[in-house]
Amino acid sequence: MSSEWPLWEIFIRGQHGLNHRHVGSLHAPDAEMAIRNARDVYTRRNEGVSIWVVRSNDITASSPSEKGPLFDPSNSKVYRHPTFFDIPEEIGHM
Amino acid sequence: MYAQLVKSEGSKSREEMTPEELSFQDRIDRGEKVEPKEWMPEGYRKTLIRQIGQHAHSEIVGQLPEGNWITRAPTLERKAILLAKVQDEAGHGLYLYSAAETLGVSRDELMEKLHSGNMKYSSIFNYPTLTWADMGAVGWLVDGAAIMNQVPLQRTSYGPYSRAMIRICKEESFHQRQGYDIMMKMCAGTPEQKAMAQDALNRFWYPALMMFGPSDKDSIHSAQSMAWKIKMNTNDELRQKFVDQTVPQAKYLGLTVPDENLVWNEEKGGHDFSEPDWSEFFAVIAGNGPCNAERLGARVKAWDDGAWFREGLMAHADKAAARRIAAE
Amino acid sequence: MAGSVEANAVGAVDRAVCVEWLQRVGDNALILGHRVSEWCGHAPALEEDIALANQALDLIGQCQLWLGLAAEVEGKGRTADQIAYLRDAGAFRNLLLVERPNGDFGQTLIRQFLFDAFHIALLRALTESSDPRVAGIAAKAVKEVAYHLERSADLVVRLGDGTAESHDRMQKALDLLFPYTGEMFTDDATDRAMAEAGIAPLPSRLKPEWDRTVADVLEEATLTQPGQVWQHGVKGQGGKTGVHSEYLGFILAEMQFLQRAYPGATW
Repeated sequence: MSSEWPLWEIFIRGQHGLNHRHVGSLHAPDAEMAIRNARDVYTRRNEGVSIWVVRSNDITASSPSEKGPLFDPSNSKVYRHPTFFDIPEEIGHM
Repeated sequence: MYAQLVKSEGSKSREEMTPEELSFQDRIDRGEKVEPKEWMPEGYRKTLIRQIGQHAHSEIVGQLPEGNWITRAPTLERKAILLAKVQDEAGHGLYLYSAAETLGVSRDELMEKLHSGNMKYSSIFNYPTLTWADMGAVGWLVDGAAIMNQVPLQRTSYGPYSRAMIRICKEESFHQRQGYDIMMKMCAGTPEQKAMAQDALNRFWYPALMMFGPSDKDSIHSAQSMAWKIKMNTNDELRQKFVDQTVPQAKYLGLTVPDENLVWNEEKGGHDFSEPDWSEFFAVIAGNGPCNAERLGARVKAWDDGAWFREGLMAHADKAAARRIAAE
Repeated sequence: MAGSVEANAVGAVDRAVCVEWLQRVGDNALILGHRVSEWCGHAPALEEDIALANQALDLIGQCQLWLGLAAEVEGKGRTADQIAYLRDAGAFRNLLLVERPNGDFGQTLIRQFLFDAFHIALLRALTESSDPRVAGIAAKAVKEVAYHLERSADLVVRLGDGTAESHDRMQKALDLLFPYTGEMFTDDATDRAMAEAGIAPLPSRLKPEWDRTVADVLEEATLTQPGQVWQHGVKGQGGKTGVHSEYLGFILAEMQFLQRAYPGATW
């Protein structure tokens, strides 16, 4: 009989109001314990103020083989970046 | 190192590679990271599981020689520092097992292989820690050697392994320092303490040099692993670097490195030094080190004794989930 | 620390009484922290190994603060380390419960839960101590211990209501350790003097809260409260007055070995 605890992905929000960030994984029997384990494993050095946990099996990831069609098209949209536009220096900060 | 003598699968010339293998190798050569679920040669996957697994096992078996002294630490602060350090090793094991799990093997399977002797851990942890000075020597030399290997591995080609190494290196920076700090205190202490420190260096010097593994300049396994960027330097390069870094540190402490042949070689810009006794190394790897039986025995006992706990919690989680569904 | 002893409420009681009481609180943290740290590298799961080390670190930190204050109030130039490492067993003031061996993981958890439920009640009361230094230490420790209790209570519930084996082990551990809980709530002259000075609560006052917590958790865990059983150490002959079990001597033999073998050395 297998009693292996499922794997969870851990996301932590740090002190400075940034987004939750993936920090790693761990095993736990359920979500509640995953949060506590995450507190003990991933915030030992005062790294976080909020924890999200997601069962690894519940994550749907984009397919690596589709990397080209998914991400290459945005390469050519250079006008989305502020550096695309030349603004005269005397205008000041913009 | 923590992953000594890892056999590489594969090792093909470009002519022998399939188009898939060729484009995989090109990606690695360009410095791209390989991520879970992407195509990878079976040999790459298997070698990585072996290497990361062995590295993870070394972390958790590595808790034991130092854990041995937590209850005997000489001050409350030393006790807290040592406990925090050994706890970090458990964390590092956890990060590494997680990285291995992205390659399609479960942590329990890896544990099972450790317990049955089918997977190894670093030879260094089969040596006993006999005095408090050994806590200093382990931090200074063993963690020092480990860091030497782990820093370049932050750039390894497999994404999850690389990220685990980045986290580990960040946390590990205090480990070597706390070891050296213990050595400084002992060397500035009573004659008995100083003698203890010298004795610890005498016993750990050659086992620390063995951590890098035997010379691998002609090894095809190493050549393949280096081509895949899961091994970043040869064993000899790292060993040389370690000796060159450590010798002045020993001198600062007023301790003598137990090697009569140790001498600065101006021409090569590094020290000449004696090789460790490799027959001892192979004996330890084969299970005949001073503490092999105790180390593995402790891990197996912890695992077996804990089975009811792990099962009990899983059973409760299943029950609670069933109750929630029934209530909806 | 700045300020004379008299500037604090501690001045309202006999100094020796106060030191005696501070050692009780500090020694509980020291000895339990020591016991929990014995698990490092041997726990049933990696996550648990890490969690236990955090708990032991909290307790060692608390012990440093309590024994540090004891040394300060005593005013004889001793340090927390000297108090921890250079007393013999008869001078230790921890409860018998915390020196019980780790046993199986169930015993470790039950010991932790029974103590945490007491510890939290004590620390909550101490945050309102008339002595600001005591209140300050309690304010830091109470957050740590709230988490200890959350963990230990939850694990008791899960394992009590887990498999037949886990239930059985938890019940056995509870039956084994319950006889060491009475000592937590006995009042003696030291306790009464501290309570009169408003520094610490009377231990007996903490019992109703502890009873509630324990009853709630055990019920959810489907475990049976042992009820009115024999209690060790309640007749003035217990850990609080320095009459310990055989276990403490062995703990100290290990813990104090270096300080004893190399007197006066700096580590």
